[in-house]
Amino acid sequence: MSIKSLLAAGGALLLLAVAPGAGATPKIEHWTLANGARIYFVENHDLPMLVVQAAFDAGSARDPDNRNGLSTMTNSLLNDGSGNLDADAIAARLEGLGAEYGAGSDRDMASVSLRVLSDRARRDPALELFAQLIRTPSYPASALERDRGRALLGLKQAKQSPGDVVNKAFFAQLYEKHPYARPTEGSEQGIQALTRADLVAFHQRYYVGRNAVLALIGDVSRSEARRIAEQVVGTLPAGEAAPPLPKVEDLVPHKARAERVIAHPSTQTHIMMGEAGMSRNDPDYFPLFVGNYVLGGGGFVSRLTEEIRTKRGLSYSVYSYFYPLREPGPFIIGLQTANSQTKQALTVARRVLTDFTEHGPTEAELIAAKKNLTGGFPLRIDSSRKIAEYLTVIGFYQLPLTYLDDFIPRVEAVTAEQIRDAFRRRIHLPHMVTVIVGGSGH
Amino acid sequence: MRIVRFGFALAVLSLAACSPVQEVTLENGLKVLVKEDHRAPVVVSQIWYKVGASDEPDGQTGIAHVLEHMMFKGTARYPAGAFSRIIAENGGRENAFTGADYTAYFQQLEKSRLPVAFELEADRMQNLLLDDKEFAKEVRVVMEERRLRTDDQPEALAFEKFMATAFTTHSYKNPIIGWMRDLEALTIDDVRAWYRRWYVPNNATLVVVGDVNPREVIALAREHFGKIPSRPVERTRIPPEPAQTEMRRSTLKAPAQVPNLVLGFHVPVYTANGDNAEAYALQVLSGVLDGGQSARFERELVRNQEIAASIGSGYNAATKNPTLFIISATPARAHTVKELEAAIRAQLKRVQDEPVAESELERVKAQVAAGNVFQRDSIFYQAMQMGTLETVGLDWRMLNRYVDSIQAVTAAQVQAVAKKYLTESNLTVTVLEPQPGSTRPRPARPAGGAHVH
Repeated sequence: MSIKSLLAAGGALLLLAVAPGAGATPKIEHWTLANGARIYFVENHDLPMLVVQAAFDAGSARDPDNRNGLSTMTNSLLNDGSGNLDADAIAARLEGLGAEYGAGSDRDMASVSLRVLSDRARRDPALELFAQLIRTPSYPASALERDRGRALLGLKQAKQSPGDVVNKAFFAQLYEKHPYARPTEGSEQGIQALTRADLVAFHQRYYVGRNAVLALIGDVSRSEARRIAEQVVGTLPAGEAAPPLPKVEDLVPHKARAERVIAHPSTQTHIMMGEAGMSRNDPDYFPLFVGNYVLGGGGFVSRLTEEIRTKRGLSYSVYSYFYPLREPGPFIIGLQTANSQTKQALTVARRVLTDFTEHGPTEAELIAAKKNLTGGFPLRIDSSRKIAEYLTVIGFYQLPLTYLDDFIPRVEAVTAEQIRDAFRRRIHLPHMVTVIVGGSGH
Repeated sequence: MRIVRFGFALAVLSLAACSPVQEVTLENGLKVLVKEDHRAPVVVSQIWYKVGASDEPDGQTGIAHVLEHMMFKGTARYPAGAFSRIIAENGGRENAFTGADYTAYFQQLEKSRLPVAFELEADRMQNLLLDDKEFAKEVRVVMEERRLRTDDQPEALAFEKFMATAFTTHSYKNPIIGWMRDLEALTIDDVRAWYRRWYVPNNATLVVVGDVNPREVIALAREHFGKIPSRPVERTRIPPEPAQTEMRRSTLKAPAQVPNLVLGFHVPVYTANGDNAEAYALQVLSGVLDGGQSARFERELVRNQEIAASIGSGYNAATKNPTLFIISATPARAHTVKELEAAIRAQLKRVQDEPVAESELERVKAQVAAGNVFQRDSIFYQAMQMGTLETVGLDWRMLNRYVDSIQAVTAAQVQAVAKKYLTESNLTVTVLEPQPGSTRPRPARPAGGAHVH
């Protein structure tokens, strides 16, 4: 069979995939507990396991002034003590059951997860302890001191990496006074200032029912899922949902911006440029998402990769993406190149962006983008781990429960004109922040 | 397009399998492995060539990985860029990775698109153009990759030096991405010769996992790959690493803020005909020391003594030749690398002096049993495991026995391997010494791992 006929066959299949859609996506069940916690459940008996993820509106955007790092520390110390159990006892019990505990935070969200076999002898005690960690962490002072030291060392270590330096400087420069300016991992001053009382208060304020989302997927029945949801987040106090974040548009003025250059003893220069992009619930979400695939999101087939890497050999990795958050997260173009090539790479990247913003994608590019995004949709939901992530995002940002069902038709509906229009309205090269971190040559 | 870091990325290749695997070797020597997994309408196709960085002669380090990049640069039928464009338009994801023992290429697709992957992969197995202008650009991309992943990452530089210290003779001493000076000297003729020598069906394994019918996949493989002629592959003998007789130390000075420490011991790996009891005992030992928050390194060195800010160990037993049991650590703020080294070695002495507790063994075994289920959540990982084992000369059927083999390990066996291999004369230590504010020296000597396009 030739590739041409394969592509044609692919096209026909696409139509099939688009039309009914039903059955291809997991069936999401959603309910709300008495304390306000929102539950998202997919029943799946393919493997004898269960994935549970609890997310709270308690990311680093909630850090108080002068306490940057509080949200991450509050989250990462959840498994360092609860009741009469210390970190050793907690770890021994969970890992002795073969369970995997995870914790993580970003600017919007703080989450903890548990992966466990569905066999009740392992599942029930693991979930019971997981629930206890979320509800009643003891935040031992000694654990805080230890992890304060580790966090400060981590910040020092990050200074070694031009990629970390450019990322941190980019957010600071772009978001100025908005909470998104702060690094999730915290600042030296903020981490130095943290007290145990800060952690306890932050936990009390934000780890509450009205601020919680719970995602579950796996080998349990609906009634078991109801019981597990009650057990894991149902006994949290209702509390209050976190207030709206400050509006990016109020705190980040549109204005011409200068480049910021930071010297670093590296052989490459790292470049990040961009501006405030889109939010999770953005009306332009799909035009920007599909358009960005053409510009710099499509791996080896994007315009940026073609011009910077393939044609000129300037960079191993060059990309653009929208990082959607509650409030508009950044649109970022990034690359790294040998110090002597910085100017050339920057010039080419700006030219590619300008051209794309002015003219948008060609029809052929748009078709190729849609074929990839729709034809590859099954890959986005081919494991429980990936579906758990989608459930968390759908719940946290209160996206429609039909989000996965709507994905293909919404991509298909995007037109070249919508992309051109959205990029023209949203992307403004003169307003962009450009941060350049590297060795000689500037 | 990517390097798999030796001890770590693939690290403890804890093995998992369940549903049956169909195995066929075509007349031209291509081995085909197909595993059904019907949880989602997707498929992963991987082709593994039995050639990697360890097959490279000194002076040509990095060539296996450079060819991996060039595999995306076109044939007469599908010119430069077509491969990636066609896979993308079929909704696919694709990439490639190079390790010390293998070079592998993969596509992830909706299940009906598998023929697209086979058509393109079979074409570039035999018809690669290797145009010199494309090479001139792509080798620069690889140099940028080296700067990004190694030269500007002090810990990666230290790891490179560590490997070059621990191995004096075997080619595991060289970094997979290659020394910069070798990349600078590489020519398109070298790369052409490499391609002709190694890229033949009898030197490859095709692994397919997903929502497929094995009989159909095998027929499809025959259709696309079956007519590619085989050629004898001349393997050069990689000189074995002589037994280490005294402790080795090296230092890497680089512009950095925080010191780092790497320790390694030469250890055996899985062999096709051996009983592998030592390798399984070493896996359990690795789990006792570094298998999570309750393992000894985290509990004793990070939490109780607060002497390590971070610590990890790696033991990848699925390699072609004997490799290293590796420990990498960063001292906590109030401590020096010297103190940390002493504390780590005290932990190693403890596993030599006293048998590990039953509770620790039980914990490791519970994690392995659960991990065996969790890993099946990823069809990509299942394909990785089979491809790795086949390519390094082992048998994918090991996967079926893995949990039982681990369950059979005793405390006495763990103590015995600790005593036998974690000895001072078998130890290599490399220290990253930060040189704040200094200008960067020329990247020093070598190291190894696996690497991605």
